[in-house]
Amino acid sequence: MNVSSVKGSMSISSSTSTWKAGDTISDQFPAGLRVLVVDDDPTCLMILEKMLTACLYKVTKCNRAETALSKLRENKNGYDIVLSDVHMPDMDGFKLLEHIGLEMDLPVIMMSADDGKQVVMKGVTHGACDYLIKPVRIEALKNIWQHVVRKRKNEWKEFEQSGSVEEGDRQPKQSDDADYSSSANEGNWKGSKRRKDEEEETDERDDTSTLKKPRVVWSVELHQQFVAAVNQLGIDKAVPKKILELMNVPGLTRENVASHLQKYRLYLRRLSGVSQHQSNLSTIISAQDPTFGSLSSLSGLDLQTLAATGQLPAQSLARLQAAGLGRATAKSGIPITLVDQRNIFSFENPKLRFGEGQQQHMTNKQQVNLLHGIPTTMEAKQLVSLRHAAQSVGNMNMQVPPPGPQSSQNNPLLMQMGQQQQQQQSRGQILVDSTINHAPRLSSMGQPILSNGMATNVSSRNGIPENIRAPGYSQTPSMLNFPMNHASELPGNCFPLGSTPGVSNLTSKGAFQEDVNSEIKGSGGFMPSYDVFNDLNQHKPQSWELQNVGIAFDSSQHSNSLQGNLDLTQSALGQQGFSSGQMNGHNRSAAVASKAVFSTGDVKELRSAQNVNQHLNNLLVDNTIRVKSERVCDTSPANIFPDHFGQDDLMSALLKQQESVASSENEFDFDGYSMNNIPV
Amino acid sequence: MESKHVHQQIAAMRQSFFDEEVLDEFFSQLEQLEDQNNPNFVEEVFTMYFRDSTTLLETVEQAMKTISITFAKMDKILHQLKGSSASVGAKKVLNEINKTRQVLEKGNLEGTKAGIWEMRKEYESLKAKLEPYFQLKQANSVPQEK
Repeated sequence: MNVSSVKGSMSISSSTSTWKAGDTISDQFPAGLRVLVVDDDPTCLMILEKMLTACLYKVTKCNRAETALSKLRENKNGYDIVLSDVHMPDMDGFKLLEHIGLEMDLPVIMMSADDGKQVVMKGVTHGACDYLIKPVRIEALKNIWQHVVRKRKNEWKEFEQSGSVEEGDRQPKQSDDADYSSSANEGNWKGSKRRKDEEEETDERDDTSTLKKPRVVWSVELHQQFVAAVNQLGIDKAVPKKILELMNVPGLTRENVASHLQKYRLYLRRLSGVSQHQSNLSTIISAQDPTFGSLSSLSGLDLQTLAATGQLPAQSLARLQAAGLGRATAKSGIPITLVDQRNIFSFENPKLRFGEGQQQHMTNKQQVNLLHGIPTTMEAKQLVSLRHAAQSVGNMNMQVPPPGPQSSQNNPLLMQMGQQQQQQQSRGQILVDSTINHAPRLSSMGQPILSNGMATNVSSRNGIPENIRAPGYSQTPSMLNFPMNHASELPGNCFPLGSTPGVSNLTSKGAFQEDVNSEIKGSGGFMPSYDVFNDLNQHKPQSWELQNVGIAFDSSQHSNSLQGNLDLTQSALGQQGFSSGQMNGHNRSAAVASKAVFSTGDVKELRSAQNVNQHLNNLLVDNTIRVKSERVCDTSPANIFPDHFGQDDLMSALLKQQESVASSENEFDFDGYSMNNIPV
Repeated sequence: MESKHVHQQIAAMRQSFFDEEVLDEFFSQLEQLEDQNNPNFVEEVFTMYFRDSTTLLETVEQAMKTISITFAKMDKILHQLKGSSASVGAKKVLNEINKTRQVLEKGNLEGTKAGIWEMRKEYESLKAKLEPYFQLKQANSVPQEK
């Protein structure tokens, strides 16, 4: 019907940063938008299907919510938007909405003949992006693409913010416009995945709207390739040129790689710092400045140290600090990261980390909940876990608490973080935010990321600006987590954190996220050049001990975040350099994050790998905790991972790390850590 | 000529639906969805509608007869009927449904019964009007005049 008109209005195109590097977006957007419509009334279903087809969308119809969910699950990137009736016999429409939000993070539009205010409000609170009254007019359907674009744009934005600083000069690979005009949407716009990638990738801030440079979308796969390359080269030896050669991706420029590397490094750094923050998820949001302060100081210090070592690019440092400043001081950078990490953890857990999409749901869901502030059982749990995590993180005492049960581990670590619960909570939020961001990005990852992404977005929306400072990190951690385990999933979602206001400060972080995403994809662990870590630990060997830990986590089904944390911790502890490769992506992120956190936090502390380790531990702990909490919340039982994520492993990893950290501390060279090889 | 006459007849029938407000603009919307590939889309939709709503209406009528009907259940069914009737453009039917729902909300059982009876009346009337219309239309395969 008037697709063309719609298209015309779309011209978002170029400016919409979301479709960067798209090449998937064709000029015919929104034609080909993949819509899933769910309604138990066959008459309405038939009419809707016809209308949507007339709008040139690609329609799939279901008359049962269960069917719809399974379709979505089996093809995570197969749909762009969902239309669902509110009243259905087998499952309440709002419940379905929640599931989708948590698991897949797709935009969902509710429909009903009921136009009562309460019902519409319910839709809003449950996260529906629109509510249509039946009978639905075709005109209303013509515009549903806006929700898809908006979501992507937000993700992108978050991403951008986090990584903006560095990326400024990214060379746009594809102009946004180009995205739209990409090869005719063969009926699917490269899916959300692509979107996510674009979002992540963006070093450039598309949202800056003026930048029309084509953006390289660091999809999960691409990131994984990147991580693999970095790992192969060695995090400290990874230079963009070589990485580029190794990756051998046509169309990728050295600049793209460079900015991504920067982000990755930041991400790693953030991971170490984030873990601490994560615990503060829930409450903190900005309130905890003081607590954060401590962290941030730590981060600041670390950052400086890192910078000093030359590992931490000045930019990153600046970013981190900026992030920190976001909070109110430069320090905040770290806290944010922590938070981010937290987010990551929480999100990641659900998401990818453990390759369990379901878990991700949990986390995502939970995180989302957190963000929304809509208390739910899950949220409560998450909050609790987050709180724990936050606490440990907050404590950042850089002491590596003896690994105990995972939760305990996390806690002690968290404690070390010296963060108050509040902080943690705020971190959590940030993390959540990041995760959310990640989630969207990690479209490839599948749902979990989505939810996180949502969460992060939400938080950012909620104005958790301060906590989110470490957007970059937070996202990355999550991202890292994801990729680590999932290896493929994290599409640049990790970086979504950038979008959160606070989060976005850490541009570098954002970078990480992207990197993380890509890395995760590629190597299953991102090890974006986390300079932070490098500085911290100077671990040349990228064996991420954390990986081992992470692996343990993996088994526990923790989403990547856990792993990331573990990895971080391990690497920090065990290896002189985080062997990025080894960290399963998850761990790495966690480790990186934790390390990063450390580094940013205390420069001095950073010096000692132990600090890092601790961070990592905290991170790990966080992750663990988070994971757990998330799992709890997660509705899918499958996702519940054993509380003990290989605590033993974690413990050993931590211990190891501690030892090694001391020696290596400064360098986490996460260049493409291949998570798999992290020797514990 | 003859076909022209038939077409005129069809058009007149159609117009009367609108004039009498038996159908509303959503019906037109459905018509717009018809094209070469789906020449009988509207009829198909209505076939489905009639099939389902007949069942729903019967359920509601049955429910009214039983002692233990719950308003919630009734409302649910009426809501369903409302959705589909609105989507196909069955205006009069929709109006009756809305009236009945309001009465039901107030807890007026008798009023609800009466309302359902009216609903049934309009529904049957709609069916009686549309069926010949569709038959004629299909027999003559005339592109829908808008």
